[in-house]
Amino acid sequence: SLPNSLCIVHFLISFSPSRNEDLKEMLESNKESLKLEAMKRVVGLIAKGKNASELFPAVVKNVASKNIELKKLVYVYLVRYAEEQQDLALLSISTFQRALKDPNQLIRASALRVLSSIRVPIIVPIMMLAIKEAASDMSPYVRKTSAHAIQKLYSLDQDQKELLIEVIEKLLKDKSTLVAGSVVMAFEEVCPDRIDLIHKNYRKLCNLLVDVEEWGQVVIISMLTRYARTQFTSPWKEDGVFDEHNERAFYESDEEKTRDETEAKPYMMDPDHRLLLRNTKPLLQSRNTAVVMSVAQLYWHLAPKNEVSIVTKSLVRLLRSHREVQYIVLQNIATMSIQRKGMFEPYMKSFYVRSTDATHIKSLKLEILTSLANEANISTILREFQTYVKSQDKQFAAGTIQAIGRCATNISEVTDTCLNGLVLLLSNRDETVVAESVVVIRKLLQIQPTQHSDIIKHMAKLFDNITVPMARASILWLMGEYCERVPKIAPDVLRKMAKSFTSEEDIVKLQTVNLAAKLYLTNSKQTKLLTQYILNLGKYDQNYDIRDRTRFIRQLIVPNDKNGALSKYAHRILLAPKPAPVLESAYKDRDRYQLGTLSHTINTKASGYLELSDWPAVAPDQSVRNVEVIEPVKEWAPSLGKTVKSKPAKSSDDKFYSDSGEEEEKGSGSSSSEDGSSSSSSEGVLHILQNERVCPESGSDAESHVQKNSSQTSEESDKSSSQSEKSSSESDSEKKERKTKTPLQKKTSWTYVTKQQHTKTIFVNVINQHSVLQTFSYSHWSTLCVSLFTQLCPLSLAFPLQLSGPAFVPEKSHDLLHRMTGKGLSAQYQFPRQPCLYQPTMVSVQISLTNTTDHPLEQIHIGDRSPTGLNIHCFNTIECLEPEASVTVFMGIDFNDSTQAANFQLCTKEDHFSVSIQPAIGELLLPITMTELDFRKEQGKLLGMNESSATITMAAENMTSQPISRPVATVANLGMVPSSQDNVHRFAGKTANSGAVVLVTVELRGESTALITINTEKSVMGSMLLRDLKLALAQA
Amino acid sequence: MINSLFLINPSGEIFLEKHWKSVVSRSVCDYFLEAKEKALEPEDVPPVIHTPHHYLISIYRDKLFFLSVIQTEVPPLFVIEFLHRVAEMIQDYFGECSETVVKDHMVMVYELLEEMLDNGFPLATESNVLKEMIRPPTILRSVVNTLTGTSNVGDTLLTGQLSTIPWRRAGVRYTNNEAYFDVVEEIDAILDQSGTTVFAEIQGVVEACVKLSGMPDLTLSFMNPRLLDDVSFHPCVRYKLWESERVLSFIPPDGNFTLMTYHVNAQNLVAIPVYVKQSISFFECGSDGRLDVTVGPKQTMGKTVEGVMVTVHLPKTILSINLTATQGSYTYDNGTKLLVWDIGKLNPQKLPNLRGSLSLQAGAPKPEENPSLNIDLKIQQLAISGLKVNRLDMFGEKYKPFKGVKYITKAGKFQVRT
Repeated sequence: SLPNSLCIVHFLISFSPSRNEDLKEMLESNKESLKLEAMKRVVGLIAKGKNASELFPAVVKNVASKNIELKKLVYVYLVRYAEEQQDLALLSISTFQRALKDPNQLIRASALRVLSSIRVPIIVPIMMLAIKEAASDMSPYVRKTSAHAIQKLYSLDQDQKELLIEVIEKLLKDKSTLVAGSVVMAFEEVCPDRIDLIHKNYRKLCNLLVDVEEWGQVVIISMLTRYARTQFTSPWKEDGVFDEHNERAFYESDEEKTRDETEAKPYMMDPDHRLLLRNTKPLLQSRNTAVVMSVAQLYWHLAPKNEVSIVTKSLVRLLRSHREVQYIVLQNIATMSIQRKGMFEPYMKSFYVRSTDATHIKSLKLEILTSLANEANISTILREFQTYVKSQDKQFAAGTIQAIGRCATNISEVTDTCLNGLVLLLSNRDETVVAESVVVIRKLLQIQPTQHSDIIKHMAKLFDNITVPMARASILWLMGEYCERVPKIAPDVLRKMAKSFTSEEDIVKLQTVNLAAKLYLTNSKQTKLLTQYILNLGKYDQNYDIRDRTRFIRQLIVPNDKNGALSKYAHRILLAPKPAPVLESAYKDRDRYQLGTLSHTINTKASGYLELSDWPAVAPDQSVRNVEVIEPVKEWAPSLGKTVKSKPAKSSDDKFYSDSGEEEEKGSGSSSSEDGSSSSSSEGVLHILQNERVCPESGSDAESHVQKNSSQTSEESDKSSSQSEKSSSESDSEKKERKTKTPLQKKTSWTYVTKQQHTKTIFVNVINQHSVLQTFSYSHWSTLCVSLFTQLCPLSLAFPLQLSGPAFVPEKSHDLLHRMTGKGLSAQYQFPRQPCLYQPTMVSVQISLTNTTDHPLEQIHIGDRSPTGLNIHCFNTIECLEPEASVTVFMGIDFNDSTQAANFQLCTKEDHFSVSIQPAIGELLLPITMTELDFRKEQGKLLGMNESSATITMAAENMTSQPISRPVATVANLGMVPSSQDNVHRFAGKTANSGAVVLVTVELRGESTALITINTEKSVMGSMLLRDLKLALAQA
Repeated sequence: MINSLFLINPSGEIFLEKHWKSVVSRSVCDYFLEAKEKALEPEDVPPVIHTPHHYLISIYRDKLFFLSVIQTEVPPLFVIEFLHRVAEMIQDYFGECSETVVKDHMVMVYELLEEMLDNGFPLATESNVLKEMIRPPTILRSVVNTLTGTSNVGDTLLTGQLSTIPWRRAGVRYTNNEAYFDVVEEIDAILDQSGTTVFAEIQGVVEACVKLSGMPDLTLSFMNPRLLDDVSFHPCVRYKLWESERVLSFIPPDGNFTLMTYHVNAQNLVAIPVYVKQSISFFECGSDGRLDVTVGPKQTMGKTVEGVMVTVHLPKTILSINLTATQGSYTYDNGTKLLVWDIGKLNPQKLPNLRGSLSLQAGAPKPEENPSLNIDLKIQQLAISGLKVNRLDMFGEKYKPFKGVKYITKAGKFQVRT
């Protein structure tokens, strides 16, 4: 009966009117799985566009759920219905406010994302605050989210504009590639006219561009196109004065540059202008069609005329892409090809039409082929057109006939050929084709009517068989206009028309009236009666245009006594020589819109379209873009680069940079600007300088958020976050660094195998000079390093201890101060397992403080400590903590490699609370990476007294590597060592204070036993760690 | 940027909607449906439609319309490219992109869309990043999920989005490390009645399937890179190294991806692997016609031509056909007038031939133009341009990967005019 009852349940759920009641019940149950199931169905309803708003109260209760999937679904729901249920939506806000303070960057980001998507005006101030805070967050991902939130808040409340611009200004200075695209997007939506905000960031944006994600690239390129048109002078006046010499100017001092500028009589391109062109060029090879198009339009609008053609190939390539992409690209090519035939002529055959092309694609290709036609290629094109005219798609055939007409007018050599061809088409079986031919012939004849009276006669003969109104009207017009050339035929045609007048279409009637009038003036003897008859018919026609016209014509040609004044001129009015029609492309002048835009596609100004300004006659001050260059950071990578370049061990930095400058100018073109990888490496590498060299650059760095509070110890456990954090705090030297790294990388990657001997010295050098500890990171560069490193190991080098990121960060937090004992102030701590930035011997501790009272707590700080010698790096005093608010701070404690508790006082303005932090032994370690070989070697030095081991029993299903490394990583902050044996797992770390190596080996010995061995000179720590591990693994 | 997305099936039913900003009523789709009614084929619906308050940008793919609603200026290609990424994402997750699949996985598709855009601006479009957040369904996993109540939403903290190599997942592990590359070339050509090449070019693509542990850094080099006329790369490829040394150097994404596409444009270099002898004629009087098509190998570099197929859109006035094929079989749909002749392998000794009579509807005029023939074919182990991979080197990891390269030549838009 089980399936049966399920069926019934299903039936009820899907068909009963109270199905939402069921969902409500499920949502309110205390079973996670039921709630999840219900939310899935609710989201299913939303996706189908059904209304599920009545469930709001039931759904919103689950906003703080621990289940990630459930929580996500609730977010989806909330964002969808918050606007409709504003009061209820407010219930969820505090959850997000709390999450905004979460130590995990992803949780902070997603909280901001949802909070800012809730379109409830009442929370605007909260959103504003959250955005401001997130804009100075340590995590670039959170800052990116804040850039997105800016646009959302702006669309909700435009009054916030000024405040938002401040945030945009701040974010524009951000050096992270993650942020760049998003903040420029915000800039474009909120304050596109504030060009002044771009000046100082212009060069940075140009240089970052290749590394920004593809969608951001499109936005940035489009913005920079507009910017450039306001800041630089036109490169179009004279071509070709720019050369490589000009490029160099960019790297020279400012005075020199300005002097250059004043001297420059002939056009000299601003180096910044050149920078933009140069840095966008590689993106033509992007797989993203939007990026390629945006570079193409940038070149079209900004590059000297002789350089634009480099985009041709890439645009033609896009024609292989999806139909919709072809459509847009062809439109843009159509506009371009009118002005610059030469650009696309070599690729003419790529625009040949296939029978399988969609209609709009066909007509665009036709358009382009017509624009490309010239004396040289016209015969090829006409041959191709002949195939098209026969197409089964008659609409397309008609389009081809128009195209032939345009070719005929544009290229006088082929006018006659075309005309003859079109006349042949008059005997085509298809009406559309014939009609279109008539219309086009009419236009052609008008251009040179003299020689072609036989064609007019031919058409008069066809007249009876043609039914398409436009074609009939065209023939009638021709008869009238050239009635003197066909004096015998025209009256006869009029006679026929008089007979069929009432059954004709309006357009034909109008032309009949016209023809009658003209014949009356030239040949009144034969046509007087006919004309009067037609005018009478017209007088009582249903259409008022025809009645109107008839009345006018009658007055004009058959004057009565009262108003004959005009009729004197009737001949001159009706038979005036008329200018020939100009057959031109629909795409002419389309380039008044920026290419690649929506406005260009629809040929009207779309809302929010930003006009591209004309070039200024005189360039505005170019020094506005100058940025003070901060002294480049002394880092190991550049000097390594230098050593590779064959002059080992020279360490004078300025000398070095001038070296690299020379190299730059000598111009291994590849070194000047960087490709995706090299820069990602410069960001990806996390250098942690050891001991006395505590990140000098973070001190000198102007970026306030690093220094502002003590949250420096990256509050995020995530390895990669700290990488990118690092990259963003890298000073302005970034560019220079990259310059030098690139050639280095190249060389290393191609030569290191053969030049081992050489690289060995390099490595020693690096180590000696800087004592660099480098983490394993995901970058190209570091992997190279590691591979180098592993290769070098057999050469018995004193290898450095490579710090790595934590393998695992336990979420577990411990109570520091309970809110009862703390009179409402509660504090918790946890170990983020990050190397401490204040002092490498310290262990960093993350403390979350919450105010559970109803009044603000002031001046929270750390007071006395014991033992008195205890070395603590305190967090900065918190001036005020609002009720219900919480804050996360970081401190560093030197535990001196012992588990003795650190006792100190946590003080507020009124109270002192004694608290203590007792670290687990595993938290006093920092993970390091080494090869298996090194591990063994180190292990060999630490035997006897230094070794402690134990055998434990563990469950059989846990004997694979994953469950082993997890509990080990939970207990102790150790790094994994790659192992060649499946049953042996190795972990390595060093103690925080003394840097003593700690090696852990777990050897699985079948039959569910395992041998744990710990080697370290700190034998007390070793035995304590062994105890903890035994406990953890036995459980596992 | 992108306000809303609607998925619409060919009969005009809206079966999924997603809004990234304020909700836009689905009645906005009426403008689109109107245009769809007007168009003869779904392919003919204009991709950009201008309505009084919105702009509609749509793509038609896999028998589905992806319709996005735009309110302000945005590069149309930006939207189109994104819509195609959505379709590719569905394909990637569920094996195919169809109405049934989307309906079956409605919630997951919706969740994916939620992650892909924030406020209408793309947030996570890399497959590797998405898969870390929302795991694709497998049969095993769906069974496990039902039994244990766990879910497909990743609970680990994703790193991809934060890393500077967003296309690669961290911590990739394989027991068998393999890297396969498929060099696929398509011949685009138009031949005229006499068999002369009107237009021909080669479009190539290097598809990769890389399953390597850790952070491998690969370098792929060609024997004859100068052949390549125009290239585009996956973001992982270091462009500067290509510029200077003509090698592809990259840290690959995990799994399947398109490494590069290229173009070979020297017309005289393009070998046309087959020739087609055809005659389609209609008699001036009477309502009859004849069709006679023979396909034979031409420049095949000694390889066998397989999977040969001839597709013809016969004129609308055809009433019925009566044909015999000496090899393979043909199908004819009288509704769409589509004739498909599936030949299979070409045997140079015995050339396949299709001939017979066509009859026209009574009284219908003789068709003006003969229908053109679209040819499909495949040649294994041959890149028709002559492109050859020289070697693949790996840096950064110690294991020895298993490497393989495969070449295939196919017909792209290969058309014979008659």
